[in-house]
Amino acid sequence: MPLIDVQQITKVYQLGDVSVKALCAVSFSIENGEFIAIMGPSGSGKSTFMNILGCLDKPTSGRYLLEGTDVGSLGRDELAAIRNKKIGFVFQGFNLLSRTSALENVELPMLYNGVTAKERRQKAISALKSVGLEGREHHFPNQLSGGQQQRVAVARALVNNAPIILADEPTGNLDTKTSAEIMQLFTKLNAESNITIILITHEPDIAEYSRRIIKFRDGCIVTDEANS
Amino acid sequence: MINIPSTFKISFRALRVNKMRSALTMLGIVIGVGAVIAMLAVGKGASQKIADQIASIGSNLLIILPGSTTTGGVRMGAGTQPTLTMGDTEAILRECPAVANVAPDHGGVAQVVYGNQNWSTGIKGTTPNFLNVREWQLASGRVFTEQEVKSGAKVCLLGRTVVDNLFGNIDPIGQVVRIKKVPFTVIGALAPKGQSLTGQDQDDTILVPITAVQRQLFGTPFPGMVRIIHVKAKSTEDLAVAEKQINELLRQRHRIGPKQENDFTVRNLTQIMQTQEQSSKVMALLLGAIASVSLLVGGIGIMNIMLVSVTERTREIGIRMAVGARTWDIRLQFIIEALTLSLIGGIIGIILGVGGSKMLSAFAEWPTIISPFYVVLAFCFSGLVGIFFGFYPAYKASLLDPIDALRYE
Repeated sequence: MPLIDVQQITKVYQLGDVSVKALCAVSFSIENGEFIAIMGPSGSGKSTFMNILGCLDKPTSGRYLLEGTDVGSLGRDELAAIRNKKIGFVFQGFNLLSRTSALENVELPMLYNGVTAKERRQKAISALKSVGLEGREHHFPNQLSGGQQQRVAVARALVNNAPIILADEPTGNLDTKTSAEIMQLFTKLNAESNITIILITHEPDIAEYSRRIIKFRDGCIVTDEANS
Repeated sequence: MINIPSTFKISFRALRVNKMRSALTMLGIVIGVGAVIAMLAVGKGASQKIADQIASIGSNLLIILPGSTTTGGVRMGAGTQPTLTMGDTEAILRECPAVANVAPDHGGVAQVVYGNQNWSTGIKGTTPNFLNVREWQLASGRVFTEQEVKSGAKVCLLGRTVVDNLFGNIDPIGQVVRIKKVPFTVIGALAPKGQSLTGQDQDDTILVPITAVQRQLFGTPFPGMVRIIHVKAKSTEDLAVAEKQINELLRQRHRIGPKQENDFTVRNLTQIMQTQEQSSKVMALLLGAIASVSLLVGGIGIMNIMLVSVTERTREIGIRMAVGARTWDIRLQFIIEALTLSLIGGIIGIILGVGGSKMLSAFAEWPTIISPFYVVLAFCFSGLVGIFFGFYPAYKASLLDPIDALRYE
């Protein structure tokens, strides 16, 4: 059974009288432990696709099976639970809570699945350690560099032991050197912890870190090939 | 499962971030709760004062006054025509089933002398029943007996004010005072009763057997005349019945024809005061109701700020949703935030309200009574206000679309 199995997914946005087709019957599957880059120019539907994969949005038609579960039939709260347990998000703009320490940012996903305060703390500390932010637990996001903030976001994505990390342009706000560091972190997590990484980017050199590249154009997959 | 302690922690932090705003929002609740507590305390104090006065004149009390004389067409007012007698007094007790006890009252103001002290006070000639009718206690000594009333014994009971003025620290029991130069032996002292509703000092009085008053002090145009009859009804419900029975009995005894006016007046003091007590209670409720309007306005303030807060924190809500916050996680977060605001406001309001009431008592000498029930009620109400007015913003937050919320700038 594939980790992610997408069958004939379409997404249509209704903008007044005009319906805009953002995805046209996309089908493919992702196995556990893959490292995939999704590429495409803006407006190609890759963000829409990403939102559907991340259970933030539902397809207009088609089936999306996540570990065999048909996500399309789930309600709002069930989707929230899936996001909590199965998917770790890393965003371009980091999306950390300001005025909240790194440690508490990492603890955030565990607030919503009944982990005790003590366990939350322990897990958050070890997650921060695994992304190389030991000793920065009590720093606030505005006291951290962009790369460090993104590492906190990665730690937050890891902390619930989610099998998938969805990274939406994770290096978009970072310089080349820091970008490389973050990508090496992803590579390491993929190799050592067997975490499936789905990366959205439009930078070819970032996509190079992945082992499979899917290219989108006008809502359709144009190429889907292994990266040599 | 929702993590309440953590949610409270998050709320506290969010409120601390905007200290000034939180404080101003709370102020509405502080003023509302403070006002409700102070107003109810003032209202309850006022009605308690009246209730005490009712208790001090004796409960279920009726007073019968003689009728008015008419001289050349000019009516002189109640009490000018001496029409009540000892016979009436005895007949009322005997024949009116709704009446529990009766005491006559005849007398006037006279100069009282003890040693080198003298004092002008009201002399009431009555029977031992008087203490029961007026619910008056003895401080020391004894009450005169029926026998002493029959024989017209020259004995007397002194009110506290009279004791203080004539005797100071001396024990008055067994001493002899001269009332209108007639020597009377003091056999008892009355417990203090305080002011009447009209502000009269009820303790400035001397009780003597009615026969002694009639024979020795204040002569009467005809034997057995009394100035006032005090009647105690069996219960509050019996007051009206007793009044009716007395009316019928006295009209019969005084031979008043069907078309003639009464030559006496029955006053229902208890009823008058109960009416006052009722109106003061209504007043208290009204004050409380007005004050709770300000509590409501405080609640609207909370809703306003919470709506602003939800908009400002759209991105935060989006992040929380992305990492797995469910509908009620988000709702509770904002409801608890509103609740925290209103409860802290409520506690400060209680402190201010209680403090304010004490100040009113201390400086304006208004009687205030703080009932713990009202304090708890005001606190719970402030909590309810928080939940009620916090709900809509929380509901709005929980319905945000996570994608839009994440993109919100």
